Amino acid sequence: MTKTFVVAVAAIIAAVGVGTPTLSATRDSVRLGMTLEPPVLDPTASPAAAIKEIVTNNLMEGLTRVSADGSVKPALAESWTVSEDGKTYTFKLRRGVKFHDGSPFSSADVVYSISRAMSPEGGNPGRNLYRAIDKVTAPAPDIAVFTLKNPFFTLPYVLALGDSSIVSEKTVPTNKTNPVGTGPFKFSRWVKGDRVELVKNQDFRDKDKIRLNRATFRFIPDPNAIVNALLAGDLDAFPLGVPTESVERFKKDKRFKVSVGMTEGETIVSINNGKKPFDDVRVRRALSHAVDRRAVIDGVMSGYGVPIGSHFSPLHPAYVDLTGLYPHDPAKAKTLLAEAGYPNGFALTLRLPPPQYARKGGEIIAQQLERVGIQAKLEPLEWAQWLDQVLSRKDYELTIISHVEALDYDRYGRENYYWNYANNKRIAELVVSADQAGSTAQRNAVLQDIQKQLALDAVNVFLFQLPKIGVWNANLVGLWENSPSPSNDLTDVHWTK
Amino acid sequence: MSAVIVRRLLAFLATLLATSIVVFVVLEVLPGDPAQVMLGVDAEPDAVARLREKLGLERPTTVRYFDWLLGFATGNLGESYTYSVPVLELIVERLAVTVPLALIAMLLTTIIALAAGVFAAAHHNRPGDWGVMLFAQLGIAMPNFWFGILLVLLFAVTLGWFNAGGFPGWEDDALASFQALLLPAVSLAIVQSAILARVTRSSVLDVLREDYVRTARAKGLSKRAALWRHGLRNALIPVVTVMGLQFAFLLSGTIIIENVFYLPGLGRLIFQSISQRDLVVVKDVVMLMVAKVVIINFVIDLLYVVIDPRLRTAR
Repeated sequence: MTKTFVVAVAAIIAAVGVGTPTLSATRDSVRLGMTLEPPVLDPTASPAAAIKEIVTNNLMEGLTRVSADGSVKPALAESWTVSEDGKTYTFKLRRGVKFHDGSPFSSADVVYSISRAMSPEGGNPGRNLYRAIDKVTAPAPDIAVFTLKNPFFTLPYVLALGDSSIVSEKTVPTNKTNPVGTGPFKFSRWVKGDRVELVKNQDFRDKDKIRLNRATFRFIPDPNAIVNALLAGDLDAFPLGVPTESVERFKKDKRFKVSVGMTEGETIVSINNGKKPFDDVRVRRALSHAVDRRAVIDGVMSGYGVPIGSHFSPLHPAYVDLTGLYPHDPAKAKTLLAEAGYPNGFALTLRLPPPQYARKGGEIIAQQLERVGIQAKLEPLEWAQWLDQVLSRKDYELTIISHVEALDYDRYGRENYYWNYANNKRIAELVVSADQAGSTAQRNAVLQDIQKQLALDAVNVFLFQLPKIGVWNANLVGLWENSPSPSNDLTDVHWTK
Repeated sequence: MSAVIVRRLLAFLATLLATSIVVFVVLEVLPGDPAQVMLGVDAEPDAVARLREKLGLERPTTVRYFDWLLGFATGNLGESYTYSVPVLELIVERLAVTVPLALIAMLLTTIIALAAGVFAAAHHNRPGDWGVMLFAQLGIAMPNFWFGILLVLLFAVTLGWFNAGGFPGWEDDALASFQALLLPAVSLAIVQSAILARVTRSSVLDVLREDYVRTARAKGLSKRAALWRHGLRNALIPVVTVMGLQFAFLLSGTIIIENVFYLPGLGRLIFQSISQRDLVVVKDVVMLMVAKVVIINFVIDLLYVVIDPRLRTAR
């Protein structure tokens, strides 16, 4: 009888299920998946990367934009010029641009948006990005002038980030739940916990180049569910965060394209430099020698991930490969430990936040440390605890974390950052000279000095650049392979058939 | 009867008050600062302090407790830290998934369990009984999320009859929304009905040994007729009790099944709120759940009276 019921239930399931098309017939829409749901939809109000992944370049724009190859291109600004002394940037704005609510865009909105981003009351999470700006003025409706305290070479890049989105003063109070921008897509609605829907902005300046009419972002945290949703055709693309274990399977399936690119996430074993015995550079170097990056990448990311030797993205032109500085060498590690006064090793605690790279990576690294006599106790923490204990109170010895912001080397120059890095003043100086460098070559040279200094001091154990593993329908083109800044830019996305 | 209701109501309020204290104290000692969680890894300390001020976290504990309690009593549940929308709105949105899912799962559970349980009892110690008990044992042993994954692999990935998950929304597409809840409901019902079938079986068996059933048989009723006319109604009391517990459980949202089918239900809301320290949401949802369990228990008590006339005069 139970059997009869199972059959009956299956029959009902079949009857209701059959006849509903799972593929949309018209190919002017796209359904993308993301692991995390954004808390709000205003990138100027919260640091969550998920906001930028939906909003930046799609709903909201900056004066400039980061393109797929990482270069900075015009967006709301048509062009810009830099004064001789590098302290004045003059942006020529596009005319005739309208916000989604119909109000016209002008230089007044630039002054408002950037001044708000700079002020402590504005609540912008990226306020530190604007450290070099003195003031922004609007001499004409289509001209915005940035006056800087010192030359700041990265300004056009900074203005492309989601934090620098140009918003209208009128809609700021409601942007968190109903974002209004100038981009090629308009906000349609947000079904909390499930999805965000966008529709094409028919008033967009280049609307003929935009080939999608609709885009849906769905939120699926469970790795198994991600794979099933792709296989069942519920999603057209999962651009970031496909479980590495499933990559081989998708590679064999002709329906899908697998893209393995890079994010801006440097995955590192953070060391509390202020705590004994980690204040001794020999101990930190020993840790670097003890860790086998390749084994970590293989074990944690199924081999996907580029090893790094300092805190810097291999995508950047100024990158230097420093992975050879501390090759995996347990014997050398033991010698260094003996020199530092720990011939028999010591015990430490490794505090692990929830991501897989940290939890799985912690187990592998603990084994590797054991081979040089260091006993690592693993302590899994949830996010809130990690932020509280490790980041705020600096109550930790070692932890594993991916620092996902682009060009975040400046953190090594901060006072009181959770690494307690002793040489931070030197880095702070270098950051200033990189900011103020007169040419790209000059600036890149300073950036290389920073990388070398960090590696030399073995501030942290630098593991690998977090990969951007995406899977999408083989007929879908135009999605980013790499992630030079957090965004799922849909401007060029379209179907080939 | 009215005295019973008044007593119930007082107990209800006392339960809620006790819960509110426990919930508040637990969340007070839980490590983790909501402002820090919201602002993330790169937050500057002054920004965190400013947000704490804005969220009212710097006020004295007792002030915050009574503020919250007062808000709760007047129907003002406050605003979610994470989403910046009223908590009530969030909960109502999630209930549109969780309540229908619980109802469908409960309906399936009841049908399967009652049929299988009565059948097993009627075939006591015969192959039919053993068969049912074997399936029930399997059903209890099997994790429902694993069964859910199997259903997805078969009906969504291989056959393509269903979506692998997600929830379109009732106002958008009612049929598709119903479909979206079927596989999760079946996954939930398999385990729940296995439990309920065993309760039904043993309860019916107990009743069949009662004197009044023997009397019924003695006056010439067939075993089947005695079971249906006299046995079943009496056997239902423990069954309804378990059903009440199960329904309360299903209504609280089922985090794992909601994850497997990525449904925006209440379970995921609670899970997410706890991990993001969205304390307002956690407090409000927990209170509502306690209220719900108390109400369901009350309804179950009323059902006893409907099922068993003897209870009507007992008190």
